Amino acid sequence: MEYKLTFKDYSNALTKGKLLGLKCKDCGNITVPPKMTCQECAGTDLDPVELSKRGKIVTFTVVNVAPEGRQNEVPYIIALVKLDEGPWIMGNLVDIDPARASMDLIDREVRVGFRVFPGDKYAPGDRARPVFSFL
Amino acid sequence: MRKVAIVGTGDTPFTFATEKTSIELFSEAAMDAINEAKLIPKDIQALYLGNCLGDFSEGQAMIQSYAANDIGAFHIPATRFEGACASSSLAVRDAFIWVASGYYDVVLVGGVEKAASMGTPLATRTFSMFTDSHYEFPAGLTFPAMFALLTHLYAKSYGIPLEKLKEQMALVSVQSHYYGKFNPKAQFRKEITVDDVLNGFMVASPLQLLDCCPFSDGAAAVVLVSEEKAREITDKPVYITGIGQASSGRLSVQKDYLPRLRAREESAKQAYDMAGVGPADIDVCELHDCFSIAALIAAESLGFFEFGKSGEAWEKGETKIGGKIPIDVSGGLKAKGHPISATGASQVIEIYHQLRGECGERQVEGAKIGMTDTLGGDGVLCNLIMQKGW
Ligand SMILES: [Zn+2]
Repeated sequence: MEYKLTFKDYSNALTKGKLLGLKCKDCGNITVPPKMTCQECAGTDLDPVELSKRGKIVTFTVVNVAPEGRQNEVPYIIALVKLDEGPWIMGNLVDIDPARASMDLIDREVRVGFRVFPGDKYAPGDRARPVFSFL
Repeated sequence: MRKVAIVGTGDTPFTFATEKTSIELFSEAAMDAINEAKLIPKDIQALYLGNCLGDFSEGQAMIQSYAANDIGAFHIPATRFEGACASSSLAVRDAFIWVASGYYDVVLVGGVEKAASMGTPLATRTFSMFTDSHYEFPAGLTFPAMFALLTHLYAKSYGIPLEKLKEQMALVSVQSHYYGKFNPKAQFRKEITVDDVLNGFMVASPLQLLDCCPFSDGAAAVVLVSEEKAREITDKPVYITGIGQASSGRLSVQKDYLPRLRAREESAKQAYDMAGVGPADIDVCELHDCFSIAALIAAESLGFFEFGKSGEAWEKGETKIGGKIPIDVSGGLKAKGHPISATGASQVIEIYHQLRGECGERQVEGAKIGMTDTLGGDGVLCNLIMQKGW
């Protein structure tokens, strides 16, 4: 069975400003990032759809200790965002000085943009890197 | 299914970087386990060995075959288990199933890791491999960051002011360090204070250095045998009576269930149901306190405390010896250390000695039923329940 939306196509679309998901014809729920089956019901009858790129921050952290090769990125903020369509995605909050990050960030409305993570020796190849900015 | 007993255990001290190789560390633990079981290496019918990072720490994959050969268990089937920090718990569970099935009578199982030897940048990078490489690592996700995300979510979900939660979390580390003092094999054997925790370097907000377990080197091994074989070996067998294992997808697909980890609840239920016991029957528990918040989350999902109330339990001393449910009296991952693939087997060893009454100053008097809880990455959970067999 072939994927309706692969990592590469999802990642390429995001780097052109489009956030793609998969809409399940069985239960109507959206799955993003893509996978073989619906995250809610494991159905396989899925259609690629373009999403609104809007959501709310559900949690965050300011990272001060980075993995090998990424030390020049600290400090950076990772956030989990609940999209208006329901799914959660992980990315970086770029609109605020990490020193000012606090619990007040939770529930803030954001828009999804992107940067590109160029990969490293263990994970070669460009990967879209969602970034969030305040609405 | 046949009953399966633990009859031998061995573990190295858990330490900062050591010059011993992974095979040397594991072989030392394995020979101690085989000797305690009054067996010889040629009695071992199979080896199940947890090891995650040998490829990166030593350029050594396929360590299981060389380890079997090293101890003189020539040509036995040897299988490597990789389930991040839960690797050797998965190995114990599988070894249990193979002995219970009647296929084997004697299996050696354990794990080894040299995480401290890798140094912090490489260790942090390789631990990040236990997250989703394509959809979450691009954001820079690290292990502390994952539990930092869960900490803020925990505070929000249960309406606990972050400062209050941080103090409760600090008490988890303080308690683990207190008990680590009594464990001669622990990496840290000194007490710390709440202030020490709250003044530490911020690793990933709000987790500070002493909210985090260390990188460690070490190995642990146990011998599992059939009930019939156990009777030949010891008057004090410890039986594994319940096993559970479950998995989940990347952190973001777990969404609304967080900060609870559903895989833990599925796994724990399997183990409780199989053993025919519940949380109130557990006398001593070794759970996966890779971060202070992780201990709070685990204790709730195992059914010891209500959701959002673990912090109060630590405050009241309910997790100490003499309390409702003594937790991590070995020192836990925080003070004993966390050589990731050795951790699950090491937890089993602590429960084994607790049930046999061999833990000295950190003994839980009269313990009859014990439980382990091991988490790998954001998606591997394993629980084991053990009971006194005499
Ligand atoms: Zn569906």
